[in-house]
Amino acid sequence: MHNLFDTRQHPRIAWTALALVAVTLVVLPWALASVGTAWVRITNLAILYVFLALGLNIVVGFAGLLDLGYIAFYAVGAYVYALLASPHFNIHLPFWVILPIGAAVACLFGVLLGAPTLKLRGDYLAIVTLGFGEIIRIFLNNLSQPVNITNGPQGIYLIDPFRIGSFNFAAGQTILGLDFSGPIKYYYFFLVMLVAIIVINIRLQDSRIGRAWEAVREDEVAARAMGIDTRNIKLLAFAMGASFGGIAGGMFSAIQGFISPESFVLVESIMVLSMVVLGGMGNIWGVILGAVLLSFVPEVLRYTVTPVQAALFGRTLLDPEVIRMLLFGLALVLMMLFRPAGILPSAVRKRELETPGKA
Amino acid sequence: MSRQSLLAAKGISKRFGGVQALSDVGFTIDHGEIYGLIGPNGAGKTSLFNVLTGIYEPDGGEFVFDGEPLVQLKPNQVADRGIARTFQNIRLFGNLSALENVMIGRHVRTHAGVWGAISRNQATRAEEAAIHKRAYELLDYVGVARRANSLAKHLAYGDQRRLEIARALATEPKLLALDEPAAGMNATETAGLRKLLDDIRRDGTTILLIEHDMKLVMSVCDRVLVLDYGKKIAEGIVSEVQSDPAVIAAYLGGDITFALKRA
Repeated sequence: MHNLFDTRQHPRIAWTALALVAVTLVVLPWALASVGTAWVRITNLAILYVFLALGLNIVVGFAGLLDLGYIAFYAVGAYVYALLASPHFNIHLPFWVILPIGAAVACLFGVLLGAPTLKLRGDYLAIVTLGFGEIIRIFLNNLSQPVNITNGPQGIYLIDPFRIGSFNFAAGQTILGLDFSGPIKYYYFFLVMLVAIIVINIRLQDSRIGRAWEAVREDEVAARAMGIDTRNIKLLAFAMGASFGGIAGGMFSAIQGFISPESFVLVESIMVLSMVVLGGMGNIWGVILGAVLLSFVPEVLRYTVTPVQAALFGRTLLDPEVIRMLLFGLALVLMMLFRPAGILPSAVRKRELETPGKA
Repeated sequence: MSRQSLLAAKGISKRFGGVQALSDVGFTIDHGEIYGLIGPNGAGKTSLFNVLTGIYEPDGGEFVFDGEPLVQLKPNQVADRGIARTFQNIRLFGNLSALENVMIGRHVRTHAGVWGAISRNQATRAEEAAIHKRAYELLDYVGVARRANSLAKHLAYGDQRRLEIARALATEPKLLALDEPAAGMNATETAGLRKLLDDIRRDGTTILLIEHDMKLVMSVCDRVLVLDYGKKIAEGIVSEVQSDPAVIAAYLGGDITFALKRA
């Protein structure tokens, strides 16, 4: 993968490959739309999962801090957007104002979670972050009394879509003779955001900050002795990861038009973590692959399991949901057995597992 | 004292539960010297290192470093002030390359933040190039440049010790504190290490050295401090200390004189 996209060592191969990927990504929504608009929506959600996985990868993959409550930041971002762009408070700010606010608020929550957990590592940190995720969800569920802020379990509906002037992302429109449906417009917007986030991730990883995160992950005592302010560098990881989650949350709110605490349960955190681990912790491309796989495979199953069973047995023996969890569990077990560093392991994790027992 | 000392310790005490690891230890290290810290196992040498570098907080006493007291500083602040250390049980970033290890040592002397990393502006690119260059130079300086891209954990033991010194030097310390750098080295490696220590001193860095290899200590140190059960039992130039009866007693019946005769 790296060789394929190394513009310095193999410029011709790399640029051709990049061009192919770009063309595929541009044409993709039209191909999907010909199957059904639902698939474009699924793709948009998959992009949001890639966002989340990349954000979590900063915390887990780069800095080595196990976070089981990551979905809380997604929730914070989603609610910030929903509250500032819906009839609930009758505030309707434009999305380019709210997304940065959502990122900032999520970032604040990231620091809020990071600060008390600075001295915790591994299992202990996982437990605290898990609790944090649940606390946020329970708050969202109950902040409807005495003052109705979140509207409790009913959630917030009629959330504004993205709008720039009269250009509405949710409405279908004909541009240059092409019929752009709402999801396709969102798709292109999300794609641009995604490219930006990938570039940010790559640059962060290969920088002074990225090295400091690696140092903290490898040996915190030594990192501190080398003059790295581990407190700030860990808070920075939490804050950066959280802001990505916050932005993704705002985008989620806008495309769904309705959110409730039910969208932000523990299983979602675990799902995002699985994407990171399955794809290859610390490797940006691996994480993206993991997120794409875990977003699409369940959907493919949803559409194929019932017809296949009907054709084979004449009736549905197993629910798609059951099969999904079964395959998902099986895939994780097989991965841990045969490719413990993920589908596309990071260079570091690969080396780490090459010589077991030698620390 | 006419010239100001680099590090002055006064009345340093540290207790762990019922064990008085350090009691009332005081000493001074002058600019440009190699100062040895010796004593039997469990004498408190590493504890003194940990108190000095901010890993433990002393119960009493103070350090004055380069004219200013080190008060309640965290390890990273101590490194920032100019004290870099190595560890008795090597603590490299094992899964990173030798070069990356040294590059991380440059962290405290460089400034690029999140914005610099994301924008890759002129200043950040120049800084990255400088970090890279300096890290190579330091690897070359300690003699592990040919292993620059090997993982730290795959390096030979002696090379790991040298790499740890390079990483510490990358922080541009005024005082380099080495915790048993010769441990586990053979005679040839130790001779090489002695030359390296002389080079470091010649190039202007003061060294504080914990070491069990008496031959090395006696040949390279200007002065030594002897600890036993957390107390200072002798301090001074090597020839004086080696004939001190208290020191000989501490080393249980003259190990030290035996070692010295061989030296």
